[in-house]
Amino acid sequence: MQIYLPIAEVAVNALTLIGLGGIVGLMSGLFGVGGGFLITPLLFFIGIPPAIAVATGANQVVASSFSGVLAHVKRKTVDFRMGWVLLAGGLVGSSAGVLLFNLLSRLGQVDLVVQLCYVVFLGLIGAMMLQESLRALHRARRSGPIKPMRRHQHGWVHKWPLKMKFRASGLYISSIPVLLVGAAVGVLGALMGVGGGFIMVPAMIYLLGMPTKVVIGTSLFQITFLSAYTTLMHAVSSNTVDVMLAVLLIVGGVTGAQIGTHLGARLRAEQLRILLALLVLAVCGRLALDLFLRPDELYSITPGILR
Amino acid sequence: MRRAFAPLLALMLLALPLAAQQAPAPAPPSEQIVAGLSRDDVDITTSFDGSEIIIYGAIKRETRIPQGHPLDVIVAVEGPAQTLTVRHKERRLGIWINTGRVSIGSAPSFYAVATTRPLHLILPPAEDQRYRVSIPLAMRAFAGPMEVEDAVPYTAALIRLRQANGLYRQDDGTVRLAEQTLFRADVRLPANLVEGFYSTRIFLLRDGQVIDTFRAPIEVRKVGLERWLYRLALEQPFIYGIMSLAIAVAAGWAASAAFRLVKRP
Repeated sequence: MQIYLPIAEVAVNALTLIGLGGIVGLMSGLFGVGGGFLITPLLFFIGIPPAIAVATGANQVVASSFSGVLAHVKRKTVDFRMGWVLLAGGLVGSSAGVLLFNLLSRLGQVDLVVQLCYVVFLGLIGAMMLQESLRALHRARRSGPIKPMRRHQHGWVHKWPLKMKFRASGLYISSIPVLLVGAAVGVLGALMGVGGGFIMVPAMIYLLGMPTKVVIGTSLFQITFLSAYTTLMHAVSSNTVDVMLAVLLIVGGVTGAQIGTHLGARLRAEQLRILLALLVLAVCGRLALDLFLRPDELYSITPGILR
Repeated sequence: MRRAFAPLLALMLLALPLAAQQAPAPAPPSEQIVAGLSRDDVDITTSFDGSEIIIYGAIKRETRIPQGHPLDVIVAVEGPAQTLTVRHKERRLGIWINTGRVSIGSAPSFYAVATTRPLHLILPPAEDQRYRVSIPLAMRAFAGPMEVEDAVPYTAALIRLRQANGLYRQDDGTVRLAEQTLFRADVRLPANLVEGFYSTRIFLLRDGQVIDTFRAPIEVRKVGLERWLYRLALEQPFIYGIMSLAIAVAAGWAASAAFRLVKRP
């Protein structure tokens, strides 16, 4: 069933889009990532113009994250206070990231910077997570009962001022590192055109020492607001949100997110982390291949005149 | 905004080749085109999946059919012009990055040429230059300072890429001409069509000379929901953005509520 998208000005198969949304929604519910790092490249692949793919992807992320958050609120696995502080940092970082993006596009080569960012960050995070979670799984298997994960290993988080109590996470730490994590993820998210969940989740686990149980809900909570902000910015500044495209992705996405959340509740934390690590590494590998292998077509067309 | 400029743009498009033709001020041709289009507007609806346009006509003449050189017809349909940048990748330090680029000030978003016989046999280069019929000549201007030594591979790549996705087409031999008098061409407009005024040009040729031309516009526009969303996005972007978010949040909530119902029988 072909459908004409009013803003993208292309006709695409509606069922393909619903399916794409479903896959990304499943990831979203399962791992607490927005799925932007998956949906944007997939939309490029089926011929949606890049600017529209990025902006509409953000809109789709709002729906699937919100649906996921509701399920997590019900299970009481959202640290709202942590979420708000992260969001405050995230909004600042995201605005700075958009400025940085515009600066880079004036200098040219913004594509390369974005692609390198993807490969470097996805590669690092994926490798770290895989190594850590494999070790945790191995330990758990050998010694029977799961040992509590060694937290509080980052002493510096405790020494800084402006301490806050994050009850749901069981943490009493300075709010400065939380704001910094939020801001850093915001910058990278805006630069790479994603919500930043795949950076946020490991940062919460390994830098802030939050328990995996609340990480996903809190990350989704933060992402919902951050991508809503991004969507609005894109709609106002560049008219690149295609609501028809978004609705199709959302129909698949929200369904996928619910299935993912319920599936996630049955899996062990280590297994979830291994799966996410493998997914992140797979996307990283795909993007790295694009950089290193000779492309089939050396020429590309971009609308408008690049300055 | 776009809508306000559309008639102006159409006028400019019409004026361009007209100015080119007026130079020698020829005597009225002995053979003239009388033509019509099966439709002069195309509505883009939600289920739009391309459209077929039939361009038909007859050759009007006061005298008998001239003997000797055969008669040929060329039909060219051209979409609204766009500005584009073509970029080229090269290997630097082991990775493939965009190195060169060529900005094109005016390239048609759609271009289809249909002919009675292979184009290179019936249209000599001089006439092609004058009327800009073949695909490479449909691109009008380079924009900005030239950064590369040779722009030819870039324009060739643009044509190759656009031919691959059906936006540029050269269909030799698809115009049917009967008894040197009646002709008909079926031009398919693809699904990924851009809104605006499309120009249709018909050329009548004999012995490598264009003896008459005919032109007619086709208006392609979004209608209904497509038009409403498009205008809202351009004219009220904030409201449009809020609406998109509201849909997203409502859908997220609905899915969550639906699954809770399923879970709790």
